[in-house]
Amino acid sequence: MSQDISRGAAGGSLGRLARRPESGAFLGLVVVYIIFAVLGGKVFLGAPGWSSWLNMAAEVGIIALPVGLLMIAGELDISVGSVLPASSLTVAILSGHYDLPLWIGVAGGLGVGLAVGLVNGLLVTRTTIPSLIITIGTMFAVMGLTLGLTILIAGSTGVFVVPDALTKSVFGAAFGGMFQIGILWWAGFVLIVLALLHVSPWGNWVFAIGGDRDSARNAGIPVARVTIQLYMMSGFAAAFVGVTQVVTFGSAQVAAGSSFIFNSIMCVVIGGVSLTGGAGSVIGILFGTMTFCIVNQGIFYSGLDPNVGSIIIGALLLLAVLSNDKFRAIALSYAAKKK
Amino acid sequence: MEMVHTAPVLELQSVDKSFGPIDVLHGISLKVHAGEVLCLLGDNGAGKSTLIKTLAGVHQPTRGKILMDGAEVSFATPRDAAERGIATVHQFGGTFPLMSIGRSFFVGVEPTKGWGPFRIFDRKKANDIAVKAVRDFGITRIDDGDRLVGGLSGGERQSLAIARAVHFGARVLILDEPTAALGVKQAAHVLRIINEAKRRGLAVIFITHQVMHAMAVGDHFAVLIRGAIAADFRRGEKTREEITDLMAGGETMADLEASIDAQERRHA
Ligand SMILES: Nc1ncnc2c1ncn2[C@@H]1O[C@H](COP(=O)(O)OP(=O)(O)OP(=O)(O)O)[C@@H](O)[C@H]1O
Ligand SMILES: [Mg+2]
Repeated sequence: MSQDISRGAAGGSLGRLARRPESGAFLGLVVVYIIFAVLGGKVFLGAPGWSSWLNMAAEVGIIALPVGLLMIAGELDISVGSVLPASSLTVAILSGHYDLPLWIGVAGGLGVGLAVGLVNGLLVTRTTIPSLIITIGTMFAVMGLTLGLTILIAGSTGVFVVPDALTKSVFGAAFGGMFQIGILWWAGFVLIVLALLHVSPWGNWVFAIGGDRDSARNAGIPVARVTIQLYMMSGFAAAFVGVTQVVTFGSAQVAAGSSFIFNSIMCVVIGGVSLTGGAGSVIGILFGTMTFCIVNQGIFYSGLDPNVGSIIIGALLLLAVLSNDKFRAIALSYAAKKK
Repeated sequence: MEMVHTAPVLELQSVDKSFGPIDVLHGISLKVHAGEVLCLLGDNGAGKSTLIKTLAGVHQPTRGKILMDGAEVSFATPRDAAERGIATVHQFGGTFPLMSIGRSFFVGVEPTKGWGPFRIFDRKKANDIAVKAVRDFGITRIDDGDRLVGGLSGGERQSLAIARAVHFGARVLILDEPTAALGVKQAAHVLRIINEAKRRGLAVIFITHQVMHAMAVGDHFAVLIRGAIAADFRRGEKTREEITDLMAGGETMADLEASIDAQERRHA
């Protein structure tokens, strides 16, 4: 019997690796990096290359983390695309147009994100409408409100703000003139979400909700509360990126952010999160985000036609879904082979 | 111990259940004692699932009473029933195929270590307890709590779900066709687990179509026809043929064969 147990516990370290949800994402990352290292040459391999994809990865990655948690819980959030400019403009209007202290503007911007998340969460948990439709609805509502109020208050679709030195260094600093401080924020968020999903008992609830909502509820998990928390996290994350953008650039535009909707979802899917919920990992989302951004920025350095880049990203997405299914099958079947 | 003198763990008294104008259950009275397996038999649409959902708090009876240990109870939600020790295991057992054995075993009641906001999920403890619980039920092939539930066989999943219910103090175990999708060996496996649960003093309500499976573990049988109890008897009081005939709604197997013959002749 003791032999039985040790055999199970060992299981082969390679096999154990292949069963992890992020294995596919890691392979994809390595392959993509090698391809663009060859095509992009020295510049891509050096600091300019790294900073360009890391800066992008930091922004989309901060949003992809909670979007990934939502997808693990079986939900979507499209509204992040309009929360981002809503937050930027709130900061710019409060601290630029009305000249209030910047911390009030920042708090206001982040508050907008939390509020939209709360509304999303309440709508998703209190109705039976799919979250895709609800968050498309809130996206347009927030977009309309942002545009209307900005024109009403500021009289234009762009608003300027001059950040003070401290705020600038916290949200908008750049190291070596290239690496945005957002990368550090991203790293911090990765650690926090990693602890939440994989270490705290709360993470188990997220997986259970995505696996089977009714069973999770019957097991005593506060499903509605967790769902609302997840939407508030994604609202907060989108608003946070909005804040870093307005502080970095000193201005906010109504028409910013829609690219984050698809990009965040793609990072998550490339990162191995199940399309039907119930499975995924933070490390996977991290790898997925890096992969996506390496392709996205690598295109410039490799001199390829940008349209080719879109094709590569599309192919990568399909390949990721296929290989993730494959890896999941390996994880599921490992018991059967062992006998 | 003599069971007859103790109050039944769970009892239904003249329970009716209607969905609006549709009457599904009529005057159901049933008892199940600790350490006893009650087999609920019945054709498709007879109302078996509706009956157990009423016991599990999913539906509330339209009329009639539910008693536990002789005292009337009412379950507003499945949680209420679960808190009173009524555990339902569905056909496919574990409902979280992509979760590990240890994590799914403790869904909602995760063991933690650490302090305050830094309490973390105790993976090792969860895995050890879960693996031990299933092994105690005789499933010695399960030895790694990190394995995904979806990778277990149908019978192992059922066993895991039953072991989980028992571990968390279930007193009544409701099994909705646990052997329906299983082959002979796997079904035998699940039947052994049912016997083990019974030996540990649980009251088991076992729903099945297969008379053989019912006869292998049942102490007490109730046949449901169109929402009413058509027969209620104990082990050894009826033969397999009689039970099969009862399930077919009073028609004997011979009647059924005759009607199939007639139909074939018509189509020939
Ligand atoms: N929520 C509901 N509303 C209306 N009618 C219902 C509802 N639930 C069940 N019924 C009806 O009650 C009857 C009994 O259904 P039930 O699912 O309990 O049967 P069953 O014995 O479990 O059948 P099976 O063996 O096929 O699982 C069926 O005619 C069904 O259509
Ligand atoms: Mg049924």
